[in-house]
Amino acid sequence: MLGKLSWAAIPFGQPIPMAASLFIIVGLLSVLGLVTWKGWWPYLWREWLTSVDHKRIGVMYVLLALVLLLRGFIDAIMMRTQLAIAAGGAQGYLPPEHYDQIFSAHGTIMIFFMAMPFMVGLMNFVVPLQLGVRDVAFPALNAISFWLTASGALLVNVSLVVGEFARTGWLAYPPLSELQFSPGVGVDYYLWSLEISGIGTLLAGINLVTTILKMRAPGMTYMRMPIFCWTALASNMLIVAAFPILTATFGMLLLDRYVGMHFFTNDGGGNLMLYINLIWAWGHPEVYILILPAFGIYSEVIATFSGKQLFGYRSMVLATLAICVLSFMVWLHHFFTMGAGANVNAFFGIMSMIIAIPTGVKVFNWLFTLYRGRVRFEVPVLWSLGFMVTFVIGGLTGVLLAVPPADFVLHNSLFLVAHFHNVIIGGVLFGAMAGYNYWFPKAFGFTLDKRLGLVSFWCWLIGFYLAFVPLYMVGLLGMTRRMQHYADLTWQPYLIVAEVGALVILCGILATLAQLLVSIRSRDRRRDLTGDPWGGRTLEWSTASPPPSYNFAVLPHVESLDPFWAAKQHGPNTVADHYDSIEVPPNSPNGFMTAFFAVVTGFALIWHIWWMAILGLACAVITLLAFGWMERVETEITGERLAAAERARLRGVNPA
Amino acid sequence: MPLSCLVNPCRGEGVLDPHGPVAAAERLILLNATTIMLVVVIPVILCTFAFAWWYRASNTRATYAPDWAYSGHIELVVWSIPAMVVLLLAGVAWNGSHLLDPARKIASEVKPLRVEVVSLDWRWLFIYPDMGIATVNELTVPAATPIEFVLTSATVMNSFFVPQLGSQIYTMPGMTTRLNLMAERPGNYPGLSAQFSGDGFSDMRFVVHALPPAQFSSWLAQTQSDAPSLDAEANAQLARAGHGPPATYRGVDPMLFEHIMQSTARPQPAAAAARSAAHGAWDAR
Repeated sequence: MLGKLSWAAIPFGQPIPMAASLFIIVGLLSVLGLVTWKGWWPYLWREWLTSVDHKRIGVMYVLLALVLLLRGFIDAIMMRTQLAIAAGGAQGYLPPEHYDQIFSAHGTIMIFFMAMPFMVGLMNFVVPLQLGVRDVAFPALNAISFWLTASGALLVNVSLVVGEFARTGWLAYPPLSELQFSPGVGVDYYLWSLEISGIGTLLAGINLVTTILKMRAPGMTYMRMPIFCWTALASNMLIVAAFPILTATFGMLLLDRYVGMHFFTNDGGGNLMLYINLIWAWGHPEVYILILPAFGIYSEVIATFSGKQLFGYRSMVLATLAICVLSFMVWLHHFFTMGAGANVNAFFGIMSMIIAIPTGVKVFNWLFTLYRGRVRFEVPVLWSLGFMVTFVIGGLTGVLLAVPPADFVLHNSLFLVAHFHNVIIGGVLFGAMAGYNYWFPKAFGFTLDKRLGLVSFWCWLIGFYLAFVPLYMVGLLGMTRRMQHYADLTWQPYLIVAEVGALVILCGILATLAQLLVSIRSRDRRRDLTGDPWGGRTLEWSTASPPPSYNFAVLPHVESLDPFWAAKQHGPNTVADHYDSIEVPPNSPNGFMTAFFAVVTGFALIWHIWWMAILGLACAVITLLAFGWMERVETEITGERLAAAERARLRGVNPA
Repeated sequence: MPLSCLVNPCRGEGVLDPHGPVAAAERLILLNATTIMLVVVIPVILCTFAFAWWYRASNTRATYAPDWAYSGHIELVVWSIPAMVVLLLAGVAWNGSHLLDPARKIASEVKPLRVEVVSLDWRWLFIYPDMGIATVNELTVPAATPIEFVLTSATVMNSFFVPQLGSQIYTMPGMTTRLNLMAERPGNYPGLSAQFSGDGFSDMRFVVHALPPAQFSSWLAQTQSDAPSLDAEANAQLARAGHGPPATYRGVDPMLFEHIMQSTARPQPAAAAARSAAHGAWDAR
């Protein structure tokens, strides 16, 4: 009846997982309780859970990312604490079967459910506004994408309470992830969570690519598109090209595990290197899926706060597209040590280095954007400057790892771990934080507290160096990743410093949360009525903050790059004589309900509860089709209402 | 400190302290490539600080050119600098990949020693096919003698790595890889698995004892006469998941490596059970 599920799946006997489970359950219940007690359900359902507004969906993506940043970070600090004490003969406080789950969950969560939703959320929120349009190409599909991503995140966290997570590392290399070596449900949690959220990501990618290619404001040619839209286009094209590989690869592993096929098994003619090639054919583009939008954010932030047009716009576009194409030609550098021939290794090494050329160009162009600017040191700029300094170091160590003979001694070491944290924290996360501080006033109509923003930035920056410079060093001393304990006592001091660094980063995370809470409480003091708190250049700043559901009362006409900056040079906005009424898509519970059934299906498949899997899948498909085909009445917003809203907005922009 | 550390070194100075030609060449490449890149990276970092500081909004002496966004000369320079660095590094990478190809034999007048390596759950088995002996979790070799490794795995993937001797290489079930290393001087060099392979991974350590050739010969003779034989029972013991102290065996079937490689690729219904039993042992700790 319940497949493999029994009471044994709940970790009653183990204090740490049990405490974590209780923490999650109590946290979840208290949030749900608060919402019920305050009577917020109708509001939540109407305004958020069923919303198909790209801005609301973008905000929910970012919220999901922030919540999972906490979860992933708790994993990180548990690992750092374990390694700070498990030296010599000591075993630390986490046994291997638990420690292995933690590092697997940390990587999975931070990449798939923190970095990805953060970037997808920012793109979702910003891209239609920057393009000067009213929504993405497929608003209802957008909601489905988000809720499928959230489903995956939920399933990963369910594994903490019911059953276990994968103990295989975040990419679940076979044959370790095959049934023969991982008979438990951990790998199944991993695979089904990522299959479900991966479909969501693919749909989001298709949506944004279509939006950017087909739905720009009148006059916005490709070469007048904001640079963030270019990087979003490149990133989403990579999603469309790469995520099907991931889905198919995991699909094959699932076939191995569920029906006894032999794609990657030791026996029956399977080959693990097939998986490793395929997973990195997705995996390397994936890092550019994450970093390209971050590059776009830095470009926008540096130009805005330097009060200057971005230097070398055309070079930036070219560099972005070059990275987009090259990212598919380097995957083998993740396993130079498999023993391919010298020519193969040299080819992939050199291809990897070539990516450093467009990336280097970008760094120089940011430098020359600062040059002859008027740099205002607001929080987003500090994140960007911190990025420039940190990222070139990460780039250096990355190119070093691309030299095959250097990789032969650094592969899988903590040097590698330090390198990819250097580019993912110093590149992706700093970019996400810059974007979060930059666009927050647009999303909510009030600015974030600057003082706590600075505390957060400095803690992250200093904490990052304290946490990862020692890992570079101990990697050179020969320490490899994923060790649960180690014998060499000379490594311990480095790992203790790294633990201190992680604690400093914790302060940065707490400061970010405090910044959010303090800003919300003092929001009346920090209202921005102009819609343009930073002296912006692109179209998102030309509408109200928060933007109305239709974004723009009249679609802007674009005649140059940085159209809003150009418009501001021509005097203040005025109310038009006449507004055409517009239609906005109605809410739809399709995304939320489809995702609910996807969770049921995923959970049932993980635990081999076949009747429930069939039922869940049937319900998901029926919901999807029923809502998809349902006649939907668009909500009309009349010209009079638009005119009134515009008059109110312009009173804020041009106070009498 | 674990008992084994009293007899064996549990510390090495890592890849910056090479004790063989491969590791030394790799360290040189590491340092050269880093230096080449620092020539660009350090000025970029300094410029970031300098530009941000000089062009701060409060500095009225700084030029402000809000519409200055293109310069053909600068564009040419900013594309050329990284391109030239990459050109240099590409040369380093191309030559390095060929000279330090793990499969490339080390030129020496000394006759190389052949060693077959099998990664097990979670031990290392070293077979000396020409001498009929085998060792577990320690590898005794003559110093200044090229070692030709052929590697595979009897279970999941691992990576054979002795940081002070240089290149690591994957051990993969049903497949073989080749690696050539040499210890220049006698000494004890820690080795480990660099590819996560399951719960017992952290203890997949071994020590390379590089002995002076004469001492190696006497160790060899002693092992060939005194060590226990690698019989069916000892083999079964090794195939079971778990750890064990270093050990030496004689009477090793010269085809053992081939046999392991082929049997790994055959269906093994019992393996899953063995693995679960090992997990049981872990839980009991």
